[in-house]
Amino acid sequence: MELVTPELGLLFWMIVSFGIVLWILKKFAWKPILNALKEREHSIEDALLSAEKAQEEMIKLEADNEAIIRKVKVERDGLLKEARQVKEKMIQESKEQASEEADKIIEAARLSIENEKIAAIADIKDQVATFSVEIAEKILKQKLAGKEDQKELIDKLLNEIRFN
Amino acid sequence: MTCNSGFSAIFVIIIILNLSPAFGYTIALQETEEHTHQAKSEEQNKGFKPGDFIFDHIKDAYDWHILTYKDFHLSIPLPVIVYSKTKGLNIFFSSKFHHGHNSYKGFKIAHEGKYEGKVVELMEDGTDIRPIDLSISKNVFAIYICIILMFWVFISVARVYKNNQGKAPKGLQNFVEPIILFIRDEIAIPSIGEKKYEKFMPYLLTLFFFIWINNMMGLIPIFPGGANVTGNITVTMALAAFTFVVTAINGNKFYWQEIFNSPEVPFWLKIPIPLVPIIEIIGMLTKPLILMIRLFANITAGHIIALGFFSLIFVFGDMQVMLGFGVSPLSILFTIFMTFLELLVALIQAYVFTLLSALYFGMATAEHH
Repeated sequence: MELVTPELGLLFWMIVSFGIVLWILKKFAWKPILNALKEREHSIEDALLSAEKAQEEMIKLEADNEAIIRKVKVERDGLLKEARQVKEKMIQESKEQASEEADKIIEAARLSIENEKIAAIADIKDQVATFSVEIAEKILKQKLAGKEDQKELIDKLLNEIRFN
Repeated sequence: MTCNSGFSAIFVIIIILNLSPAFGYTIALQETEEHTHQAKSEEQNKGFKPGDFIFDHIKDAYDWHILTYKDFHLSIPLPVIVYSKTKGLNIFFSSKFHHGHNSYKGFKIAHEGKYEGKVVELMEDGTDIRPIDLSISKNVFAIYICIILMFWVFISVARVYKNNQGKAPKGLQNFVEPIILFIRDEIAIPSIGEKKYEKFMPYLLTLFFFIWINNMMGLIPIFPGGANVTGNITVTMALAAFTFVVTAINGNKFYWQEIFNSPEVPFWLKIPIPLVPIIEIIGMLTKPLILMIRLFANITAGHIIALGFFSLIFVFGDMQVMLGFGVSPLSILFTIFMTFLELLVALIQAYVFTLLSALYFGMATAEHH
Protein backbone atom coordinates (compact mmCIF):
# COMPACT_ATOMS: atom_id res chain seq x y z
CA MET A 1 0.00 0.00 0.00
CA GLU A 2 2.89 2.30 0.80
CA LEU A 3 3.96 2.00 -2.81
CA VAL A 4 0.90 3.88 -4.03
CA THR A 5 0.56 6.33 -1.13
CA PRO A 6 1.89 9.78 -1.95
CA GLU A 7 4.39 11.08 0.58
CA LEU A 8 3.95 14.70 1.61
CA GLY A 9 7.64 15.45 2.19
CA LEU A 10 8.73 14.03 -1.13
CA LEU A 11 5.89 15.84 -2.88
CA PHE A 12 6.99 19.10 -1.30
CA TRP A 13 10.63 18.70 -2.29
CA MET A 14 9.70 17.45 -5.72
CA ILE A 15 7.47 20.43 -6.47
CA VAL A 16 9.97 22.93 -5.06
CA SER A 17 12.98 21.45 -6.81
CA PHE A 18 11.24 20.80 -10.11
CA GLY A 19 9.88 24.34 -10.08
CA ILE A 20 13.33 25.77 -9.46
CA VAL A 21 14.89 23.56 -12.12
CA LEU A 22 12.23 24.61 -14.57
CA TRP A 23 12.83 28.28 -13.84
CA ILE A 24 16.63 28.14 -13.90
CA LEU A 25 16.88 25.95 -16.97
CA LYS A 26 14.32 28.08 -18.75
CA LYS A 27 16.36 31.16 -18.07
CA PHE A 28 19.89 29.88 -18.47
CA ALA A 29 19.60 26.89 -20.76
CA TRP A 30 16.47 26.54 -22.86
CA LYS A 31 16.10 30.16 -23.88
CA PRO A 32 19.70 30.53 -25.16
CA ILE A 33 19.66 27.08 -26.76
CA LEU A 34 16.33 27.54 -28.49
CA ASN A 35 17.23 31.04 -29.61
CA ALA A 36 20.58 29.88 -30.95
CA LEU A 37 18.90 27.02 -32.78
CA LYS A 38 16.33 29.35 -34.25
CA GLU A 39 18.96 31.84 -35.28
CA ARG A 40 21.04 29.15 -36.87
CA GLU A 41 18.03 27.82 -38.73
CA HIS A 42 17.28 31.31 -39.93
CA SER A 43 20.82 31.87 -41.11
CA ILE A 44 20.85 28.51 -42.89
CA GLU A 45 17.52 29.31 -44.46
CA ASP A 46 18.82 32.70 -45.52
CA ALA A 47 21.94 31.14 -46.96
CA LEU A 48 19.87 28.61 -48.86
CA LEU A 49 17.54 31.32 -50.10
CA SER A 50 20.40 33.49 -51.28
CA ALA A 51 22.02 30.50 -52.94
CA GLU A 52 18.77 29.81 -54.70
CA LYS A 53 18.55 33.43 -55.68
CA ALA A 54 22.09 33.36 -57.01
CA GLN A 55 21.29 30.27 -58.97
CA GLU A 56 18.18 31.90 -60.37
CA GLU A 57 20.21 34.92 -61.29
CA MET A 58 22.77 32.74 -62.93
CA ILE A 59 20.08 30.98 -64.91
CA LYS A 60 18.71 34.35 -65.87
CA LEU A 61 22.16 35.54 -66.87
CA GLU A 62 22.67 32.42 -68.88
CA ALA A 63 19.35 32.97 -70.55
CA ASP A 64 20.34 36.54 -71.23
CA ASN A 65 23.61 35.40 -72.68
CA GLU A 66 21.85 32.94 -74.87
CA ALA A 67 19.41 35.57 -75.99
CA ILE A 68 22.28 37.88 -76.80
CA ILE A 69 24.06 35.15 -78.68
CA ARG A 70 20.89 34.32 -80.56
CA LYS A 71 20.34 37.96 -81.36
CA VAL A 72 23.90 38.32 -82.53
CA LYS A 73 23.56 35.22 -84.65
CA VAL A 74 20.39 36.57 -86.20
CA GLU A 75 22.14 39.85 -86.80
CA ARG A 76 25.09 38.11 -88.32
CA ASP A 77 22.84 36.04 -90.52
CA GLY A 78 21.07 39.22 -91.53
CA LEU A 79 24.32 40.91 -92.30
CA LEU A 80 25.56 37.99 -94.31
CA LYS A 81 22.30 37.82 -96.17
CA GLU A 82 22.43 41.52 -96.87
CA ALA A 83 26.01 41.25 -97.99
CA ARG A 84 25.09 38.44 -100.28
CA GLN A 85 22.24 40.44 -101.63
CA VAL A 86 24.47 43.43 -102.08
CA LYS A 87 27.01 41.28 -103.83
CA GLU A 88 24.42 39.76 -106.10
CA LYS A 89 22.98 43.13 -106.80
CA MET A 90 26.40 44.50 -107.56
CA ILE A 91 27.16 41.63 -109.85
CA GLN A 92 23.79 42.05 -111.45
CA GLU A 93 24.29 45.76 -111.81
CA SER A 94 27.76 45.40 -113.19
CA LYS A 95 26.53 42.76 -115.52
CA GLU A 96 23.77 45.03 -116.71
CA GLN A 97 26.14 47.92 -116.99
CA ALA A 98 28.59 45.83 -118.90
CA SER A 99 26.02 44.60 -121.30
CA GLU A 100 24.69 48.12 -121.70
CA GLU A 101 28.16 49.36 -122.40
CA ALA A 102 28.72 46.53 -124.78
CA ASP A 103 25.47 47.36 -126.49
CA LYS A 104 26.50 50.96 -126.72
CA ILE A 105 29.88 50.03 -128.14
CA ILE A 106 28.28 47.66 -130.54
CA GLU A 107 25.80 50.34 -131.56
CA ALA A 108 28.55 52.85 -131.98
CA ALA A 109 30.52 50.33 -133.98
CA ARG A 110 27.49 49.59 -136.09
CA LEU A 111 26.88 53.26 -136.63
CA SER A 112 30.43 53.93 -137.63
CA ILE A 113 30.35 50.87 -139.87
CA GLU A 114 27.18 52.22 -141.45
CA ASN A 115 28.73 55.61 -141.84
CA GLU A 116 31.84 54.13 -143.27
CA LYS A 117 29.72 52.04 -145.51
CA ILE A 118 27.76 55.05 -146.71
CA ALA A 119 30.94 57.00 -147.15
CA ALA A 120 32.48 54.13 -149.00
CA ILE A 121 29.42 53.75 -151.15
CA ALA A 122 29.43 57.50 -151.84
CA ASP A 123 33.07 57.27 -152.66
CA ILE A 124 32.45 54.32 -154.94
CA LYS A 125 29.58 56.20 -156.48
CA ASP A 126 31.82 59.19 -157.11
CA GLN A 127 34.50 57.03 -158.53
CA VAL A 128 31.99 55.09 -160.60
CA ALA A 129 30.62 58.42 -161.91
CA THR A 130 34.10 59.67 -162.67
CA PHE A 131 34.93 56.38 -164.32
CA SER A 132 31.72 56.39 -166.34
CA VAL A 133 32.27 59.98 -167.42
CA GLU A 134 35.79 59.12 -168.35
CA ILE A 135 34.59 56.03 -170.12
CA ALA A 136 31.87 57.96 -171.79
CA GLU A 137 34.33 60.63 -172.73
CA LYS A 138 36.59 58.01 -174.19
CA ILE A 139 33.75 56.33 -176.00
CA LEU A 140 32.48 59.60 -177.24
CA LYS A 141 35.93 60.65 -178.30
CA GLN A 142 36.22 57.43 -180.19
CA LYS A 143 32.70 57.50 -181.69
CA LEU A 144 32.73 61.07 -182.69
CA ALA A 145 35.87 60.95 -184.59
CA GLY A 146 34.09 61.61 -188.01
CA LYS A 147 31.88 64.58 -188.85
CA GLU A 148 28.84 62.57 -189.89
CA ASP A 149 28.86 60.67 -186.72
CA GLN A 150 28.88 63.88 -184.77
CA LYS A 151 26.04 65.26 -186.79
CA GLU A 152 23.97 62.08 -186.52
CA LEU A 153 24.38 62.06 -182.77
CA ILE A 154 23.50 65.66 -182.47
CA ASP A 155 20.42 65.03 -184.45
CA LYS A 156 19.44 62.06 -182.43
CA LEU A 157 19.95 63.92 -179.24
CA LEU A 158 18.02 66.81 -180.59
CA ASN A 159 15.22 64.48 -181.48
CA GLU A 160 15.16 63.04 -178.06
CA ILE A 161 14.93 66.39 -176.44
CA ARG A 162 11.46 67.56 -176.94
CA PHE A 163 10.64 71.11 -176.65
CA ASN A 164 7.53 71.39 -174.82
CA MET B 1 37.79 14.47 -31.86
CA THR B 2 35.49 16.81 -30.00
CA CYS B 3 32.54 15.58 -31.99
CA ASN B 4 33.30 12.02 -30.99
CA SER B 5 33.70 12.72 -27.31
CA GLY B 6 29.96 13.23 -26.83
CA PHE B 7 29.14 9.97 -28.45
CA SER B 8 31.88 8.07 -26.72
CA ALA B 9 30.66 9.41 -23.38
CA ILE B 10 27.19 8.07 -24.17
CA PHE B 11 28.70 4.79 -25.25
CA VAL B 12 30.54 4.48 -21.98
CA ILE B 13 27.37 5.27 -20.05
CA ILE B 14 25.49 2.60 -21.96
CA ILE B 15 28.21 0.06 -21.31
CA ILE B 16 28.19 0.91 -17.63
CA LEU B 17 24.44 0.62 -17.60
CA ASN B 18 24.59 -2.76 -19.19
CA LEU B 19 27.39 -4.19 -17.16
CA SER B 20 26.56 -2.78 -13.81
CA PRO B 21 23.29 -4.59 -13.08
CA ALA B 22 25.20 -7.77 -12.48
CA PHE B 23 27.73 -5.97 -10.28
CA GLY B 24 25.26 -3.82 -8.40
CA TYR B 25 22.69 -6.44 -7.85
CA THR B 26 25.36 -8.76 -6.59
CA ILE B 27 26.16 -6.23 -3.89
CA ALA B 28 22.50 -5.82 -3.14
CA LEU B 29 22.12 -9.53 -2.99
CA GLN B 30 25.09 -9.95 -0.69
CA GLU B 31 23.22 -7.78 1.66
CA THR B 32 20.07 -9.80 1.36
CA GLU B 33 22.08 -12.93 1.76
CA GLU B 34 23.40 -11.53 5.00
CA HIS B 35 19.91 -10.61 6.00
CA THR B 36 18.78 -14.09 5.16
CA HIS B 37 21.54 -15.61 7.19
CA GLN B 38 20.69 -13.39 10.11
CA ALA B 39 17.06 -14.16 9.71
CA LYS B 40 17.89 -17.85 9.51
CA SER B 41 19.86 -17.74 12.70
CA GLU B 42 17.15 -15.76 14.43
CA GLU B 43 14.11 -17.52 13.10
CA GLN B 44 14.83 -20.88 11.58
CA ASN B 45 11.65 -21.13 9.61
CA LYS B 46 12.00 -17.84 7.77
CA GLY B 47 13.78 -17.99 4.38
CA PHE B 48 14.49 -15.48 1.66
CA LYS B 49 11.45 -13.34 1.00
CA PRO B 50 11.59 -11.99 -2.55
CA GLY B 51 8.66 -9.65 -1.91
CA ASP B 52 10.41 -7.84 0.94
CA PHE B 53 13.68 -7.82 -0.98
CA ILE B 54 12.11 -6.25 -4.04
CA PHE B 55 10.03 -3.71 -2.14
CA ASP B 56 13.03 -2.68 -0.04
CA HIS B 57 14.72 -1.72 -3.29
CA ILE B 58 11.93 0.18 -4.93
CA LYS B 59 10.76 2.06 -1.85
CA ASP B 60 12.02 5.40 -0.66
CA ALA B 61 14.42 5.35 2.32
CA TYR B 62 16.04 7.66 4.87
CA ASP B 63 19.54 6.64 3.97
CA TRP B 64 21.21 5.58 0.76
CA HIS B 65 22.27 2.04 1.29
CA ILE B 66 25.33 0.99 -0.69
CA LEU B 67 26.43 -2.32 0.72
CA THR B 68 26.38 -4.52 3.76
CA TYR B 69 29.17 -6.94 4.58
CA LYS B 70 28.69 -9.13 7.63
CA ASP B 71 27.89 -6.55 10.29
CA PHE B 72 29.28 -3.58 8.44
CA HIS B 73 26.70 -1.36 6.74
CA LEU B 74 27.89 1.17 4.21
CA SER B 75 25.27 3.75 3.49
CA ILE B 76 25.10 7.48 2.96
CA PRO B 77 23.21 9.11 5.82
CA LEU B 78 20.70 11.68 4.68
CA PRO B 79 19.19 14.52 6.69
CA VAL B 80 15.92 13.87 8.45
CA ILE B 81 13.80 16.97 8.76
CA VAL B 82 10.71 16.51 10.89
CA TYR B 83 8.32 18.94 12.49
CA SER B 84 5.95 17.92 15.24
CA LYS B 85 3.66 19.94 17.44
CA THR B 86 5.25 18.74 20.65
CA LYS B 87 8.92 18.76 19.68
CA GLY B 88 9.07 21.45 17.04
CA LEU B 89 11.49 21.33 14.15
CA ASN B 90 14.16 18.65 14.31
CA ILE B 91 16.96 18.19 11.83
CA PHE B 92 19.44 15.36 12.18
CA PHE B 93 21.17 12.72 10.08
CA SER B 94 19.47 9.41 9.57
CA SER B 95 22.62 7.69 10.84
CA LYS B 96 21.35 8.53 14.32
CA PHE B 97 18.77 5.77 13.88
CA HIS B 98 21.57 3.24 13.35
CA HIS B 99 19.79 1.71 10.36
CA GLY B 100 16.45 1.75 12.04
CA HIS B 101 17.57 0.03 15.25
CA ASN B 102 17.59 3.05 17.55
CA SER B 103 15.26 5.88 18.32
CA TYR B 104 16.53 9.45 18.49
CA LYS B 105 14.97 12.46 20.20
CA GLY B 106 11.74 10.57 20.46
CA PHE B 107 11.67 9.73 16.79
CA LYS B 108 12.13 6.31 15.27
CA ILE B 109 11.58 4.43 12.06
CA ALA B 110 8.43 2.36 12.39
CA HIS B 111 8.93 -1.31 11.65
CA GLU B 112 5.30 -2.26 11.33
CA GLY B 113 1.85 -0.83 11.18
CA LYS B 114 0.45 1.95 9.09
CA TYR B 115 3.68 3.95 8.93
CA GLU B 116 6.07 1.09 8.25
CA GLY B 117 9.45 2.37 7.14
CA LYS B 118 8.61 5.97 7.98
CA VAL B 119 9.79 8.24 10.76
CA VAL B 120 7.25 8.38 13.53
CA GLU B 121 7.13 10.23 16.80
CA LEU B 122 6.82 8.17 19.96
CA MET B 123 4.08 9.59 22.13
CA GLU B 124 3.98 9.27 25.89
CA ASP B 125 0.95 7.02 25.78
CA GLY B 126 2.91 4.57 23.60
CA THR B 127 1.24 5.36 20.29
CA ASP B 128 3.07 6.52 17.18
CA ILE B 129 2.08 9.58 15.25
CA ARG B 130 3.49 10.79 12.01
CA PRO B 131 5.15 14.22 12.19
CA ILE B 132 5.37 16.55 9.21
CA ASP B 133 8.26 14.89 7.43
CA LEU B 134 10.32 16.98 5.02
CA SER B 135 13.35 14.70 5.12
CA ILE B 136 15.85 14.67 2.32
CA SER B 137 15.14 11.04 1.58
CA LYS B 138 16.87 8.81 -0.92
CA ASN B 139 14.51 9.91 -3.67
CA VAL B 140 14.87 13.61 -2.84
CA PHE B 141 18.63 13.17 -2.90
CA ALA B 142 18.44 11.33 -6.22
CA ILE B 143 16.35 14.19 -7.57
CA TYR B 144 19.07 16.61 -6.50
CA ILE B 145 21.70 14.52 -8.27
CA CYS B 146 19.57 14.56 -11.39
CA ILE B 147 19.11 18.32 -11.06
CA ILE B 148 22.84 18.93 -10.69
CA LEU B 149 23.44 16.76 -13.72
CA MET B 150 20.85 18.70 -15.70
CA PHE B 151 22.26 22.06 -14.65
CA TRP B 152 25.75 20.98 -15.54
CA VAL B 153 24.83 19.51 -18.91
CA PHE B 154 22.37 22.08 -20.16
CA ILE B 155 23.91 25.26 -18.85
CA SER B 156 27.28 24.26 -20.27
CA VAL B 157 25.63 23.35 -23.55
CA ALA B 158 23.84 26.70 -23.54
CA ARG B 159 27.19 28.41 -23.04
CA VAL B 160 28.61 26.52 -26.01
CA TYR B 161 25.65 27.72 -28.06
CA LYS B 162 26.36 31.29 -27.04
CA ASN B 163 30.11 31.14 -27.67
CA ASN B 164 29.85 29.02 -30.76
CA GLN B 165 27.13 30.95 -32.47
CA GLY B 166 26.65 30.23 -36.15
CA LYS B 167 29.10 27.34 -36.09
CA ALA B 168 28.58 23.61 -36.37
CA PRO B 169 27.65 21.94 -33.05
CA LYS B 170 30.29 19.98 -31.17
CA GLY B 171 30.76 17.73 -28.17
CA LEU B 172 27.82 17.35 -25.82
CA GLN B 173 25.90 19.76 -27.99
CA ASN B 174 25.77 17.05 -30.65
CA PHE B 175 24.02 14.72 -28.26
CA VAL B 176 21.57 17.22 -26.82
CA GLU B 177 20.63 19.03 -30.00
CA PRO B 178 18.85 16.24 -31.88
CA ILE B 179 16.77 15.49 -28.78
CA ILE B 180 15.82 19.14 -28.35
CA LEU B 181 14.97 19.34 -32.04
CA PHE B 182 12.98 16.13 -31.78
CA ILE B 183 10.95 17.51 -28.89
CA ARG B 184 10.40 20.74 -30.76
CA ASP B 185 9.65 19.36 -34.21
CA GLU B 186 8.00 16.03 -33.43
CA ILE B 187 6.27 16.73 -30.13
CA ALA B 188 5.64 20.42 -29.52
CA ILE B 189 4.88 21.76 -32.99
CA PRO B 190 2.54 18.97 -34.15
CA SER B 191 0.69 18.88 -30.81
CA ILE B 192 0.45 22.55 -29.94
CA GLY B 193 0.84 24.30 -33.26
CA GLU B 194 3.35 26.56 -34.90
CA LYS B 195 2.05 29.69 -33.23
CA LYS B 196 1.93 28.78 -29.55
CA TYR B 197 4.47 26.03 -29.07
CA GLU B 198 7.34 28.28 -28.00
CA LYS B 199 5.79 29.12 -24.67
CA PHE B 200 5.67 25.46 -23.67
CA MET B 201 9.09 24.42 -24.92
CA PRO B 202 11.02 25.06 -21.65
CA TYR B 203 8.52 23.01 -19.66
CA LEU B 204 8.44 20.15 -22.17
CA LEU B 205 12.23 20.02 -22.39
CA THR B 206 12.66 20.08 -18.62
CA LEU B 207 10.00 17.44 -18.22
CA PHE B 208 11.47 15.15 -20.85
CA PHE B 209 15.04 15.33 -19.60
CA PHE B 210 14.02 15.09 -15.96
CA ILE B 211 12.04 11.92 -16.56
CA TRP B 212 14.56 10.42 -18.92
CA ILE B 213 17.60 11.08 -16.74
CA ASN B 214 15.83 9.79 -13.66
CA ASN B 215 14.69 6.68 -15.53
CA MET B 216 18.24 6.03 -16.67
CA MET B 217 19.70 6.72 -13.23
CA GLY B 218 17.21 4.25 -11.82
CA LEU B 219 18.74 1.59 -14.04
CA ILE B 220 22.19 2.09 -12.52
CA PRO B 221 22.05 -0.18 -9.51
CA ILE B 222 24.58 1.56 -7.26
CA PHE B 223 25.05 5.10 -6.01
CA PRO B 224 24.51 7.68 -7.57
CA GLY B 225 21.88 5.68 -9.41
CA GLY B 226 19.50 3.07 -8.23
CA ALA B 227 16.90 5.26 -6.57
CA ASN B 228 13.47 4.51 -7.92
CA VAL B 229 12.55 8.14 -8.54
CA THR B 230 10.22 7.99 -11.51
CA GLY B 231 8.78 4.75 -10.15
CA ASN B 232 7.61 6.64 -7.10
CA ILE B 233 3.98 7.69 -7.19
CA THR B 234 4.69 10.97 -5.38
CA VAL B 235 7.18 12.07 -8.00
CA THR B 236 4.93 11.17 -10.91
CA MET B 237 2.09 12.87 -9.08
CA ALA B 238 4.08 16.09 -8.83
CA LEU B 239 4.98 15.91 -12.51
CA ALA B 240 1.38 15.26 -13.50
CA ALA B 241 0.31 18.13 -11.25
CA PHE B 242 2.69 20.44 -13.08
CA THR B 243 1.20 19.39 -16.40
CA PHE B 244 -2.30 19.87 -15.02
CA VAL B 245 -1.53 23.33 -13.65
CA VAL B 246 0.18 24.45 -16.86
CA THR B 247 -2.81 23.19 -18.85
CA ALA B 248 -5.28 24.95 -16.57
CA ILE B 249 -3.37 28.25 -16.59
CA ASN B 250 -3.03 28.28 -20.35
CA GLY B 251 -6.53 27.02 -21.12
CA ASN B 252 -8.33 29.55 -23.30
CA LYS B 253 -12.02 30.37 -23.20
CA PHE B 254 -12.87 27.66 -25.72
CA TYR B 255 -11.23 25.07 -23.51
CA TRP B 256 -13.19 26.10 -20.42
CA GLN B 257 -16.38 26.56 -22.39
CA GLU B 258 -16.01 23.02 -23.71
CA ILE B 259 -15.79 21.80 -20.12
CA PHE B 260 -18.50 23.82 -18.40
CA ASN B 261 -20.89 24.72 -21.14
CA SER B 262 -20.22 22.74 -24.27
CA PRO B 263 -22.21 24.35 -27.09
CA GLU B 264 -22.69 21.07 -28.96
CA VAL B 265 -24.46 19.39 -26.05
CA PRO B 266 -28.28 19.77 -25.67
CA PHE B 267 -29.25 21.94 -22.69
CA TRP B 268 -31.09 19.18 -20.79
CA LEU B 269 -27.77 17.45 -20.25
CA LYS B 270 -26.50 20.57 -18.48
CA ILE B 271 -29.58 21.82 -16.61
CA PRO B 272 -30.77 21.00 -13.98
CA ILE B 273 -28.26 18.19 -13.48
CA PRO B 274 -24.91 19.26 -15.00
CA LEU B 275 -24.23 15.78 -16.31
CA VAL B 276 -21.88 16.67 -19.15
CA PRO B 277 -19.88 19.27 -17.18
CA ILE B 278 -19.32 16.68 -14.46
CA ILE B 279 -18.09 14.17 -17.02
CA GLU B 280 -15.88 16.81 -18.59
CA ILE B 281 -14.38 17.76 -15.23
CA ILE B 282 -13.72 14.11 -14.47
CA GLY B 283 -12.07 13.81 -17.89
CA MET B 284 -9.94 16.86 -17.18
CA LEU B 285 -8.74 15.30 -13.91
CA THR B 286 -8.28 11.85 -15.38
CA LYS B 287 -5.66 13.04 -17.86
CA PRO B 288 -2.99 13.91 -15.27
CA LEU B 289 -4.04 10.90 -13.20
CA ILE B 290 -3.28 8.62 -16.14
CA LEU B 291 0.06 10.34 -16.69
CA MET B 292 0.90 9.78 -13.04
CA ILE B 293 -0.06 6.10 -13.03
CA ARG B 294 1.49 5.22 -16.40
CA LEU B 295 4.98 6.45 -15.55
CA PHE B 296 4.87 5.04 -12.03
CA ALA B 297 3.61 1.63 -13.13
CA ASN B 298 6.00 1.25 -16.05
CA ILE B 299 9.13 2.11 -14.14
CA THR B 300 8.17 0.22 -11.00
CA ALA B 301 7.21 -2.84 -13.04
CA GLY B 302 10.59 -2.77 -14.77
CA HIS B 303 12.40 -2.66 -11.44
CA ILE B 304 10.24 -5.40 -9.98
CA ILE B 305 10.83 -7.73 -12.94
CA ALA B 306 14.61 -7.15 -12.97
CA LEU B 307 14.83 -7.73 -9.22
CA GLY B 308 12.46 -10.68 -9.53
CA PHE B 309 14.84 -12.47 -11.83
CA PHE B 310 17.60 -12.01 -9.30
CA SER B 311 15.40 -13.18 -6.49
CA LEU B 312 15.11 -16.47 -8.33
CA ILE B 313 18.77 -17.17 -7.52
CA PHE B 314 18.11 -16.83 -3.82
CA VAL B 315 14.79 -18.60 -3.86
CA PHE B 316 16.53 -21.58 -5.43
CA GLY B 317 19.63 -21.02 -3.34
CA ASP B 318 17.49 -21.36 -0.25
CA MET B 319 16.48 -24.82 -1.37
CA GLN B 320 19.96 -25.89 -2.38
CA VAL B 321 23.07 -23.71 -2.69
CA MET B 322 24.21 -25.27 -5.95
CA LEU B 323 20.76 -24.82 -7.43
CA GLY B 324 21.13 -21.10 -6.76
CA PHE B 325 24.43 -21.03 -8.64
CA GLY B 326 22.87 -23.03 -11.42
CA VAL B 327 20.04 -20.58 -11.87
CA SER B 328 22.26 -17.52 -11.71
CA PRO B 329 23.48 -17.46 -15.37
CA LEU B 330 19.88 -17.62 -16.54
CA SER B 331 18.91 -14.87 -14.11
CA ILE B 332 21.76 -12.67 -15.24
CA LEU B 333 20.83 -13.29 -18.86
CA PHE B 334 17.22 -12.34 -18.17
CA THR B 335 18.27 -9.29 -16.22
CA ILE B 336 20.55 -8.10 -19.00
CA PHE B 337 17.69 -8.54 -21.41
CA MET B 338 15.39 -6.65 -19.05
CA THR B 339 17.92 -3.86 -18.71
CA PHE B 340 18.03 -3.43 -22.45
CA LEU B 341 14.27 -3.36 -22.48
CA GLU B 342 14.27 -0.87 -19.62
CA LEU B 343 16.65 1.40 -21.52
CA LEU B 344 14.02 1.52 -24.21
CA VAL B 345 11.19 1.92 -21.72
CA ALA B 346 13.06 4.76 -20.00
CA LEU B 347 13.11 6.69 -23.27
CA ILE B 348 9.60 5.73 -24.35
CA GLN B 349 8.02 6.71 -21.04
CA ALA B 350 9.78 10.08 -21.03
CA TYR B 351 8.59 10.56 -24.61
CA VAL B 352 5.02 9.52 -23.85
CA PHE B 353 4.75 11.75 -20.80
CA THR B 354 6.08 14.71 -22.77
CA LEU B 355 3.95 13.97 -25.81
CA LEU B 356 0.73 13.66 -23.79
CA SER B 357 1.52 16.84 -21.84
CA ALA B 358 2.06 18.61 -25.16
CA LEU B 359 -1.22 17.22 -26.50
CA TYR B 360 -3.08 18.49 -23.43
CA PHE B 361 -1.50 21.93 -23.88
CA GLY B 362 -2.51 21.80 -27.52
CA MET B 363 -6.10 20.99 -26.57
CA ALA B 364 -6.18 23.77 -23.99
CA THR B 365 -4.90 26.39 -26.43
CA ALA B 366 -6.65 25.27 -29.62
CA GLU B 367 -8.65 27.95 -31.42
CA HIS B 368 -12.16 26.99 -32.45
CA HIS B 369 -13.92 28.46 -35.38
